Amino acid sequence: MRPNPRRVEENIFKVLMIASTTIVVSSLLIVFAVVIIKGAPALSLEMITSTPKGGYYLGGEGGILNAITGSLCLAFGATILSIILALPVALYLQRDYIGKSKFARAVRFSLDVAFGVPSIVYGVFGFIIMLYLGMKACLLGGIFVLTLLELPIMIRAMDEVIKTVPPALKESSYAIGANRLETTLRVVLKQIFPGIVSAVILAFGRGIGDAASILFTTGYTDRLPQSLFDPVASLPLAVFFQLGTPFPEVQQRAYASALVLLVLVLVLSILSRIVTAKYKRYVVR
Amino acid sequence: MRRIKDLVANRLMLGVTIFVSLLVVFIAIGLITKSWPIMSLKPLPELLFSSTWSPMNGSFGFWPFIVGTLTVTAVAMVIAIPLCILTALFLAEYAPNHIRNTMKPIIDLLAGIPSVVYGLVGILAVIPVVREIAAIFGISTTGYNVLTGGIVLAIMVFPIIIAISEEVIKNVPNDMREVSFALGATKWQATKLVFARGALPGIIAAIILGFSRAFGETMAVLMVVGNVAKTPSSIFDPAYPLAALIANNYGEMMSIPLYDSAIMFAALILLVVVVLFNLAASYILIKVENRYAS
Repeated sequence: MRPNPRRVEENIFKVLMIASTTIVVSSLLIVFAVVIIKGAPALSLEMITSTPKGGYYLGGEGGILNAITGSLCLAFGATILSIILALPVALYLQRDYIGKSKFARAVRFSLDVAFGVPSIVYGVFGFIIMLYLGMKACLLGGIFVLTLLELPIMIRAMDEVIKTVPPALKESSYAIGANRLETTLRVVLKQIFPGIVSAVILAFGRGIGDAASILFTTGYTDRLPQSLFDPVASLPLAVFFQLGTPFPEVQQRAYASALVLLVLVLVLSILSRIVTAKYKRYVVR
Repeated sequence: MRRIKDLVANRLMLGVTIFVSLLVVFIAIGLITKSWPIMSLKPLPELLFSSTWSPMNGSFGFWPFIVGTLTVTAVAMVIAIPLCILTALFLAEYAPNHIRNTMKPIIDLLAGIPSVVYGLVGILAVIPVVREIAAIFGISTTGYNVLTGGIVLAIMVFPIIIAISEEVIKNVPNDMREVSFALGATKWQATKLVFARGALPGIIAAIILGFSRAFGETMAVLMVVGNVAKTPSSIFDPAYPLAALIANNYGEMMSIPLYDSAIMFAALILLVVVVLFNLAASYILIKVENRYAS
């Protein structure tokens, strides 16, 4: 019996599709494996609980506590500012406000573009603004730039969740005499709360991992964050700078710093999944 | 009182929305103002197409950087496009639910990994492999070259292209599949039809968005691509993408006249390309959406 060419083609492409999926998924595994294998041996308690001592960048004592705390300050600050700006925009994009108008479409498009703007461009823009205001590289500058970076991510994610609120739910709120604002605050916000939390965590994760945008705007220091107007260290830049030194001991620490960063991002991502799963049952369908 | 609250909230939300929507416009204005000195001094074609980059002598030809960006991005897309389309087809059409539900979070996770981590993995894992590949062709290289940058970038755009493509494929109406099955088509023949007739424009949009993301990616590429300001002539040559140029020259930006303006011009090129690509992609996606809506 001759093989059926249709079956042969079917099987060839099936194999190709499974192979592609395997390659894509294993690329993630490779990233994790490399960072863990290289980073874990260099990771010690001292690394994450102390700041760089003298001669740290030549292989001396110390750790990256400055970068860990710096990154947390940057990401927390930016995320809080982003929430304040993102919530009103996401809620305003509801059908009850600007709905499906041309304006809503324009807003969504401009957010899509902002989402696509490379982080280095945000960095340059932040730098221009800071130069204009006479600011030096500092924590506040970093927070400002990361806010711009996180905003489109957060609004898009919130917008997606808000779209899932059943219109009937809002209508019943209107029917008992609540107006738009009351409905939005008391019904819609409650309904989408888990979605909002996961949008916030998503943006936080993006903010904490970005290096190109804060390269010009936060500077780098061996000290713990002092004030909004002092430079701060950050994990992504700690990876970058330590890797750039010619000393193997310091490069090892770059691997360890990358591991800390990767674990942070992973924990955030799992956390967001747990929140979504846990609160889903309180949501009215 | 309740009405007034509603009204005030409405105004506030409108204000914030307008402000946030104009973000990209503000960025464009900032960059244009800052790169104006160099644009008014040199004709645009010279800036874009001259290959002499010698800021000390006042020559600012961006051609090597533009070609560097394009070749690294092109290599990334050549690797990513077939892998992503096949993966998206598998996830949307073939994979049983439980496989799809475990694969999708994993692929999403790729999008959340910071770019310095990709750069690090590029140095530790991709560079040795690329050296081996180059050795097969009898070329000796440091490994810091276009191919390495392209491989790292390809992994970074996987989640973008796969997520959008998968959604587009799944949104193709079921009657197309049913009709082909009714005519005796195999699963793959039906999938091919869904792909070619239904999903192709959406997938092109996904590819455009992936390209645009790769185009502006900075840290990961900067760490592995070599950063030599010369037009690369093979994938085993180092390159110097625009984004890396900006990141690397920040320190000395101020000391040489016009240098600062030239760096801003590089950022402006990135912004313009990204905006144009996004315009194209969203135009296609809106068309696709309208077609199925009607």
